[in-house]
Amino acid sequence: MNTVSKEIIHTNSETVSTKSWPLVVRDLTVAYHRKPVVWDVELSIPEGKLVSIVGPNGAGKSTLLKAALDLIPRSSGEVLIYGEPYSKARKRVGYVPQRESVDWDFPVSALDVVAMGTYGQLGWFRRVNKRSKALAMQALDRVGLADYAHRQISQLSGGQQQRTFLARALVQDADIYFMDEPFAAVDAATERAIVDLLKELQQRGKTCLVVHHDLATVPEYFDWTVLLNMRVVASGPTEEVFNQENLHKTYGGKLTLLSQAAEELMRKR
Amino acid sequence: MEFSDIIEVLFLRNYNTRLVVICTMLLGSACGLMGGFLLLRKRSLMGDTLSHATLPGVCIAFMVGVLLGGTGKSLPFLLLGATVTGVLGCAAVLFIRNQSRIKDDAAMGIVLSVFFGAGVALLTMVTKMPDGAAAGLESFIYGKTASMVLSDFWLLTVVTICVLVLSIFLFKEFRLLCFDETYALAQGWPVKFLDVLLFGLVTAVTVAGLQAVGLILIIAFLITPAAAARFWTDRLDQMLLLSAVIGGISGWIGASVSALIPNMPAGALIVLVAAGCFVFSMFVGVERGVLVRVVRQLNLKRSVGRQHLLRALYEILEADGLGDGGIQIRAVPFRQVRGRRTWSDRQLKRYLRLAYNEGLVETLNRFDEIVLTEAGVEAAAQVTRNHRLWELYLIEYADIAASRVDRDADAVEHVLGEKMVALLESKLQTLRPAESLAVPVSPHPIQPGD
Repeated sequence: MNTVSKEIIHTNSETVSTKSWPLVVRDLTVAYHRKPVVWDVELSIPEGKLVSIVGPNGAGKSTLLKAALDLIPRSSGEVLIYGEPYSKARKRVGYVPQRESVDWDFPVSALDVVAMGTYGQLGWFRRVNKRSKALAMQALDRVGLADYAHRQISQLSGGQQQRTFLARALVQDADIYFMDEPFAAVDAATERAIVDLLKELQQRGKTCLVVHHDLATVPEYFDWTVLLNMRVVASGPTEEVFNQENLHKTYGGKLTLLSQAAEELMRKR
Repeated sequence: MEFSDIIEVLFLRNYNTRLVVICTMLLGSACGLMGGFLLLRKRSLMGDTLSHATLPGVCIAFMVGVLLGGTGKSLPFLLLGATVTGVLGCAAVLFIRNQSRIKDDAAMGIVLSVFFGAGVALLTMVTKMPDGAAAGLESFIYGKTASMVLSDFWLLTVVTICVLVLSIFLFKEFRLLCFDETYALAQGWPVKFLDVLLFGLVTAVTVAGLQAVGLILIIAFLITPAAAARFWTDRLDQMLLLSAVIGGISGWIGASVSALIPNMPAGALIVLVAAGCFVFSMFVGVERGVLVRVVRQLNLKRSVGRQHLLRALYEILEADGLGDGGIQIRAVPFRQVRGRRTWSDRQLKRYLRLAYNEGLVETLNRFDEIVLTEAGVEAAAQVTRNHRLWELYLIEYADIAASRVDRDADAVEHVLGEKMVALLESKLQTLRPAESLAVPVSPHPIQPGD
């Protein structure tokens, strides 16, 4: 019954439209312990954009990403990736989790970690083969870590660890990338490497959603911005939505942050 | 005890000891292998909870067996009971953690002691049962290898084979699960299923090992070999293999020694041998052992000291003015060298002795004056040049340098590439173009006594 009714909805002109949108979020609510973290989120991200998701701490930025990737249960709503639920569109999605989410003391090399991006293609039981390793090596090279491939991951700097995670997502050759704070606590070289990589991905028609906390660099790095504070305050081209009024709505009374951003905006214009 | 007894036991000449020793070796390898995953999955305490929670199951199974009219001492039935309450205990931990705000460690502490307490109470009850048939159940607590029979061997063989086969075929899946569960989930791997499978294997090993090592010590048998193996390698496959070997050897030696000494429980000896391996590995392990770290630290200190000494000498002579071939050699007073850095007399003398052994300096009148040898001049020029190149590099490219700086590199070119070095050298030359090409001038000269 359920599936039938859904299909009917989709045949009404919407199938065509959602399929060309990398990400469509409808009426998404996520709650932890009965407290909503993300509330009634409606979002449509067009193809080929570099999208920043900004908002204060606890605004639900990571939660939004995780809910879109089916990592945490949704209280309501649906998320469509190229018109399909995540479970069907998985191969088209690359995910870069927060760096702190794993134990970097784990006995694996950078190459091993990046090769994890090929596990999905390999499937059950098959061992990591030469092809996977070659792909992983290419990806490491793209993030400038080819020389570090065989280092145990605790011997990498924080920025290099972050780039290792990026390389792991690159290996999948996805169409849309979800990145959870890739710029958090990285050195300038890594920041530059990530920005270059984002631009390169965009040139190849990929879409990147990046949880970001450095307001100063938003206009420079991203052409689409989602301002989030439990609800979506604004979503659109950065030059249209990234303004004082929206920032004030998003950050509310957190004046220090706000004035910082305002200053930055004034300087840029 | 005769020497021949020892040989007889160690080389498994006697049927009974052969059976026991092979059983514990099998168990040890299986434990080592699963322990590696358990350790990396950060579920060590969960394994402990599991093993303690098996006790009430053993007692209940015995009571049920008696009620059904048997002796209650059917091993498969007892182990089934152990598995049931063991798994229940773990389920209780998960339930408490998910349904309340109590954290993992507290939940495990509660469940572990409550189940074990219940087990002890039940054990007292069954031993008081009239026919006294329950005698021997307490061997599940501390383990009693002597009671092992052929069926135990088959049980352990099956368990070990399962563990081995699944670890090989699901190596990549288990590695992903242990390293990054969230990513595994995002990639569509059935994380819950893999977790259940992994923990099921741990349960199988634990229950199979109850008789040999006992439920209190089995956790040590799981974790210790894995923790020991971690000191020797940074690769997961090697670590697991080594862990299985250490587990097997601990089982072999522990069980053999216990066979030689009357009334010595094998479980305790096995765990002690494993602990010995751990302590040894912790100090001597080549990848992250304590000694290796100390040696690395000392080497670093020496290398830095050597560089400081050579550069100090070079800069003192450089201040005299440069001749055709660079600096002019002369004897430098000890005090002048000492004044260049904050080092004590003893430290400086130690570095001088090291440099002397390398043939870099000669000392006159017991360290009163120091002369660079020809080799010393070359080394000092090299060290000073590299230092200045690094300095300039950091000044010019500070924001991208962090991941590249390797002050210890004898040839900066290996790290920065020859083009970059040439660029830096030309930059240094423009600071004071007339100077010698071999060693660029310091971008921020410090006068002696500064």
